[in-house]
Amino acid sequence: MGIILILFPLLLAGVVALWPWERQRPLFLPLVNTVTLTLSIILAYNPSGAVWGDWLQLDAVGTVILLALQGLAFALSFYVVGYLRYRKERSNRVFTVSWLVFLGLASLVVLARHLGLMWVAIEGTTLATAPLIYFNRTKESLEATWKYLLVLSVGIALALLGTFFLAYAAFQVGLPPTLDYPTLIAEAHRLSPAWLNAAFLLLLVGYGTKMGLAPMHTWKPDAYGESPGAVGALLAGGVTSLAFLAILRAYGIVAAAGLASHFSALLTGVGLFSMAVAALFLLGQKDLKRMLAYSSVEHMGILLLGLGTGGAALYGMMYHVFTNAATKGVLFLTAGNIHRSYDSKKIDVVQGALRRLPLSGAVFLLGFFAITGSPPFGPFFSEFSILTAVVQQGNLFIAIGFLALLFFVFFGMGKTVLHALQGPIPPGTPQTPYREGVLTAGVPLLLMVVVLALGVFLPPGVQQWLQNAASELGGHL
Amino acid sequence: MASFHDLINAVLVIVLVLNLFALGSSRILTVIRIAAAQGALLSVLPLLNPSAGWPSLAASAGAIVLKGFVIPFMMGRSLRAAKIKREIEPFIGFFPSVLLGAGATGVALLLSTQIPLEASQTGTLIVPASIATIMVGFLILTTRYKALTQVIGYLILENGIYVFGLLLVEALPLVIELGVLLDLFVGIFVITIITNRINDTFASMDTRRLASLKE
Repeated sequence: MGIILILFPLLLAGVVALWPWERQRPLFLPLVNTVTLTLSIILAYNPSGAVWGDWLQLDAVGTVILLALQGLAFALSFYVVGYLRYRKERSNRVFTVSWLVFLGLASLVVLARHLGLMWVAIEGTTLATAPLIYFNRTKESLEATWKYLLVLSVGIALALLGTFFLAYAAFQVGLPPTLDYPTLIAEAHRLSPAWLNAAFLLLLVGYGTKMGLAPMHTWKPDAYGESPGAVGALLAGGVTSLAFLAILRAYGIVAAAGLASHFSALLTGVGLFSMAVAALFLLGQKDLKRMLAYSSVEHMGILLLGLGTGGAALYGMMYHVFTNAATKGVLFLTAGNIHRSYDSKKIDVVQGALRRLPLSGAVFLLGFFAITGSPPFGPFFSEFSILTAVVQQGNLFIAIGFLALLFFVFFGMGKTVLHALQGPIPPGTPQTPYREGVLTAGVPLLLMVVVLALGVFLPPGVQQWLQNAASELGGHL
Repeated sequence: MASFHDLINAVLVIVLVLNLFALGSSRILTVIRIAAAQGALLSVLPLLNPSAGWPSLAASAGAIVLKGFVIPFMMGRSLRAAKIKREIEPFIGFFPSVLLGAGATGVALLLSTQIPLEASQTGTLIVPASIATIMVGFLILTTRYKALTQVIGYLILENGIYVFGLLLVEALPLVIELGVLLDLFVGIFVITIITNRINDTFASMDTRRLASLKE
């Protein structure tokens, strides 16, 4: 069944590429995403169904990433149908094909047992998302796509070198060189520590570039800022989770080798640094989508902080993958609606959005409270459980730094968000024919309900998946 | 085995010399050809291994066709469409870049004596050649302004990583090797489309014009 999850979207991408009618083409997205989400849920309950030879398998960490990604992509696919109706002036062929190719390759990243195969799939997701960023065909989106491709290609090339180093860590001590993940985990204690450490650093820098950790985040505000809202959501909630999974794979081997504690300070440091850089650029940010990009840098930092803390924080970290993905969906989609209505994403133009778009504006506001860690939304609980673990380990300074940065982010983002939402609409503000539609406003509203549900009532099944993933990572400690 | 290593070392010396030529040349077409020659030459190496089987043969053949012919063809076409010939006034001049490249090669050679290798592989130039080529690729990528030249820098960097892969003969299954090549092909394909668009939109391949997005 795992192989179907990968091949079905790729096959349908071929169908969509040949499909001659513009109007129906976007409908393939919700269709395919419904199938892949259903398959993913079945596999989450029955992971052995994903096994395909020595190539594919689904472990507990992969399950969480798969569900976060497929759940988000499912919601986004309905929004895209509504969005593309407003963009009839250009062909949606490249957009829909790229989306489906991405979807297939994303599942391959999660299910791949062989780290070389995972690398191939991750590089593939970069290439598949580039045309999505360039969808608007503007000078700015061209610049953003160029930076995205070049920076990420170099980053991912370094990850390939890191992957080679992993194989060599086995070879140098007389084991057969292998990149099979379960084998590397089983043999981890015998691997050459020097090569393993070097591999981990390269993989962290390489895949960290794709995750958008500071200081490798420079492509992020450009790419998120210039792409359509749904693409920004897919990048911020989906692609980053895939890159994080790749780092978790590297961490799993290092942890199994008993070397995790060597990297705990580094991971925590990179996490806090990413949060600090994000906080700095969020203060006085005038562009709504770039603001969300820096918020993404911040949340990638929180994930790394969780990983560096380890132990009890791993549960909160996996939880945060879920809550971040859903909340980023809410924010990018509503920001996209606001952008569409004002034909601008700069707050010197966008004012009084709550009046013009009451639903999108209100959901955007709720999304802002959620992403900055206000109760009772999901991110509050995931961040709180990371914080609790930091305090329990006695790292008070880290806990204080974490809280202080969260506060700065709240303050910085809050100013921009309130400026865009509140007050009257100044006369002469541009207005496009955009009206809130069932799909473009309804999807972010439903995602917001999910964000709330992830906070107030986390279903026991989901809790179990998170627990399994955390103990799989912690089990190697 | 010894003769195989000697052969590899001889080829790697050529690869290192090609690095310096790439750094010193201002004609973009020349640099495209140097990177292609380097890529094709490296793709032949796995075949010299006496124990190489048919999967190596297939992977090598694919790599030679892609790196030696398809990629330089795509990039040459993009170059002709852009009607440019030379990289003018790089951030670091051509002669200083050659010196930097030579220095990087020297440092890589010195450092590599400290790196623990599997017993049968000590004495190969693979690790220093890999590090030096990666650094040269990075240097071209960061100090040249034309979009196409930066892509060549990426290709040379990729060549450097490929060199390291020579240490892992037959570690990668054929499917993965072909997957890596496919990614490279699609990657260069997409990137050349973007460079062409940059040229059409900005009437230049100068990446300094891509500066509207900043804080």
